[in-house]
Amino acid sequence: MIEITNLHKHFGKLEVLKGINLSFNKGECIALIGPNGCGKTTLIKSILGMVIPSQGTIKVKGELISKNYQYRQHIGYMPQIGRYPDNMTIGQIIEMIKDIRKENQNLDEELLHHYLLQGMFDKRMRTLSGGTTQKVSATLAFLFNPDILILDEPTAGLDPLASEILKEKIITEKQKGKLILITSHLLSELDDLITHIVFMQDGHLKFHQSVSELKTRTGEERISKAIASVLRGGSHE
Amino acid sequence: MAEHEPISMKQFIQILVCLFISFQYYGKQLQVGLNKEFTSIKKAIEVADNNDTVYVYSGHYKEGNIVIKKSIKLIGKGLPILDGEKKGEVLSIKANYVLVSGFKIQKSGFASLNDPCGVKVYDSHHVIIERNIFDDNFFGIYLQYSKHCVVKNNKLTAYAVEEQQIGNGIHCWKSDSLQIIGNKVKGHRDGIYFEFVTNSVIWRNIATDNIRYGLHFMFSHSDSYISNIFRNNGAGVAVMFTKGVKMFHNTFEENWGDAAYGLMLKEISDSHIIGNTFKRNTTGIYMEGTNRILVERNKFESNGWGMKVQASCMDNIITNNNLIGNTFDISTNGSLVLNTFNSNYWDKYEGYDLNKDNVGDVPFHPLSIFSIIVEKNPPAMLLFRSFMVTLLDKSEKMMPSLTPENFIDNTPLMRSLDL
Amino acid sequence: MNRIIKFIILDILKNKIVLIYTLILAVLSWSVFSLEDNSTKGILTLLNVILLTVPLVSVIFSTIYLYNSSEFIELLLSQPVNRVKIWRSLFFGLVISLILSFSIGVGIPLMMYAPSNVGFMMLAVGICITTVFVAIAFFSSIITRDKAKGIGIAIMLWLFFALLFDGIVLFLLFQLADYPIEKMMVGITALNPIDLARILILLHLDVSAMMGYTGAIFKEFFGTSLGIIVAFLVLLLWTVTPYLISLVKFKNKDL
Repeated sequence: MIEITNLHKHFGKLEVLKGINLSFNKGECIALIGPNGCGKTTLIKSILGMVIPSQGTIKVKGELISKNYQYRQHIGYMPQIGRYPDNMTIGQIIEMIKDIRKENQNLDEELLHHYLLQGMFDKRMRTLSGGTTQKVSATLAFLFNPDILILDEPTAGLDPLASEILKEKIITEKQKGKLILITSHLLSELDDLITHIVFMQDGHLKFHQSVSELKTRTGEERISKAIASVLRGGSHE
Repeated sequence: MAEHEPISMKQFIQILVCLFISFQYYGKQLQVGLNKEFTSIKKAIEVADNNDTVYVYSGHYKEGNIVIKKSIKLIGKGLPILDGEKKGEVLSIKANYVLVSGFKIQKSGFASLNDPCGVKVYDSHHVIIERNIFDDNFFGIYLQYSKHCVVKNNKLTAYAVEEQQIGNGIHCWKSDSLQIIGNKVKGHRDGIYFEFVTNSVIWRNIATDNIRYGLHFMFSHSDSYISNIFRNNGAGVAVMFTKGVKMFHNTFEENWGDAAYGLMLKEISDSHIIGNTFKRNTTGIYMEGTNRILVERNKFESNGWGMKVQASCMDNIITNNNLIGNTFDISTNGSLVLNTFNSNYWDKYEGYDLNKDNVGDVPFHPLSIFSIIVEKNPPAMLLFRSFMVTLLDKSEKMMPSLTPENFIDNTPLMRSLDL
Repeated sequence: MNRIIKFIILDILKNKIVLIYTLILAVLSWSVFSLEDNSTKGILTLLNVILLTVPLVSVIFSTIYLYNSSEFIELLLSQPVNRVKIWRSLFFGLVISLILSFSIGVGIPLMMYAPSNVGFMMLAVGICITTVFVAIAFFSSIITRDKAKGIGIAIMLWLFFALLFDGIVLFLLFQLADYPIEKMMVGITALNPIDLARILILLHLDVSAMMGYTGAIFKEFFGTSLGIIVAFLVLLLWTVTPYLISLVKFKNKDL
């Protein structure tokens, strides 16, 4: 569903992505991991069209995304830190996005109900706590039943209960055959969700493997340990 | 209701005698027209004696130059047309006590050398030219070496485009005691032209759309012009090299252009400008070499410059005028000020009046620094009313440094005068 | 009108600064007209408002609003919305709401007290100046990511057009006083939208002096309806150019 070829991006002299080639398919749940500043967020933003690549191409559902915006109707995006216009209320934001997407049917309001957001529709965005803002972001990402979900640090800032609700939701959506792309630091949280792992470092792609493959290769049971052993092995080679 | 008194026998006889005497005095009557005694005006004039009256009935008379050498009355009935067919002068008056009235006089010649006219009066006195229509003549009415003549209620129209191709409407030269009253002059070079004309009056005329001046006035001492309207003439009104002119209650309007003035005064002295209105002119009054003039109770409204008083003027008194809505009230070209500007109403005055005597407690400096800048550097006008210029003006008003310090109204009025 | 413009206009109209701006304009306009006995003086005060306050508020408010809209822009960009449409909506949203403020604050009293040629010209020019300076705000906010710098640039541009430019022109005038520079002067005014606006009003306000002095070139150019059309076209150019530059930059901007 997503096809990335030879993706380069530099901000001024700083090279953030140095030739990334990736391909994600339906039904996969991919964890995008790597140290801070390795280019994860830039990669995600490139897919969303918020960052314009210096070189290389990205295809979503077979279509090039440059000079195209319609493809974004297939994507639900939950940012790391959701930033919303201060003066708008939760209700207005949701209404506006519905308006823009021109979709009023086939809405997935499960998270809306679980997070009890309807009771807070009149609250302005600037009065919300970080956690509540994240709940709004999550709700918006899932609301339109998109085929692709891009979640940037989804559980950061959420309380354990909300976090659990989100994880449940991710699992159901995965089972529906959607492509889910998650970046996260806390690997242990993701153990039971993910099918593939993409590891990035210094703008390079270190590896892209399925979890089962990774486990067999390293003989480790836990993902974090498996990764650690790969990295150690990589540095010895 | 007044009571009708029957006329007494004595009065009746008196009236009869009067009528008889006047009949005798006015002489005989000659009629010119189709199916009349005469068909040619020239013939009738030839036959007429002094004091006779020649009636000319409506028709189109093309008799070339008609010359009157007798003291007769030439009266048009039903607006007969005297057509010059663009050849020379139409009517020449070379006798005293002549009256010409009720004609349409048109198409004089256009040679510029001998100044062909609609009517020309040569060295005569007591000539009356009234209620005629002049159309498309080179000069309209021309008086030279004449005295005690009256030009009254005529309408003069010409269609000039260029100054060189047209003469003046009413042209008076080396004459005395003339009365120019109630005429309308349009489209000539100068509406009314006075040169070496003395002791005369110009009253209730309207001069509009003339190529050069509405009124052109030189070396003409002790004249008055009163209640005239000068509108939209090429360069307004020029009054030059003259003593003792009285300019009362005239209206000077809409004279626009680089060198256009409502009223231009050059080398004028001992004169009065009172009760006039100057409205929407590029410059209301322009004064140069002007001495001992009283400018009083005039209205200056919506002019580019209310007055331009050049440094060559002295001992003029400008008092009790209203200056309202002018872009600049006053401007000058030097730093010498020998004129008095007291007790005027300036709408730009921003002072206060604590003792409520209708006189501002702080003097007013009517000269703005920017008007001086523009005087020296005309294109600077493009910057007018920009913040920079407003700032410059305000600071100059607080601390005059470039504008002459004694250019000042010490007793500015708080309210406009009822003029 | 699309939905995004609607949201932006509603958002701006709720903004206190815009309300205060409208209120100040209204109080100012009503008071100058009711205090002065002749409307010409009121118009002169309003002229300064139009030439100084309106551009200043338009450019600074729009710049700040654009910086504060970065979240909004980000939110919209993750949705299936065209970048051009987002930028255009922001532009029209700002222009429409500021013109609304101006028309309520200045337009209504102007039309009531001075429904003359000058009045209409001032209204038209005020609207143009608002639009031009919103466009300039778009330009200044796109050239740097730093909000403080962006506002600084906006203020500098305002300062330049409102004050410095005239100072420079005045200086040039004195330096070149001996040359026939009238034609050049008319050309130079086209380089400053505020000057252009001022002259358009001046031509109606001080018609006697303007027609008199700078003579032929003035009558030939600004005096004709063609000249006025050209002047308005130049103002349009002053809107389109900064906006298009900002649009090109926005299309390639990384968020």
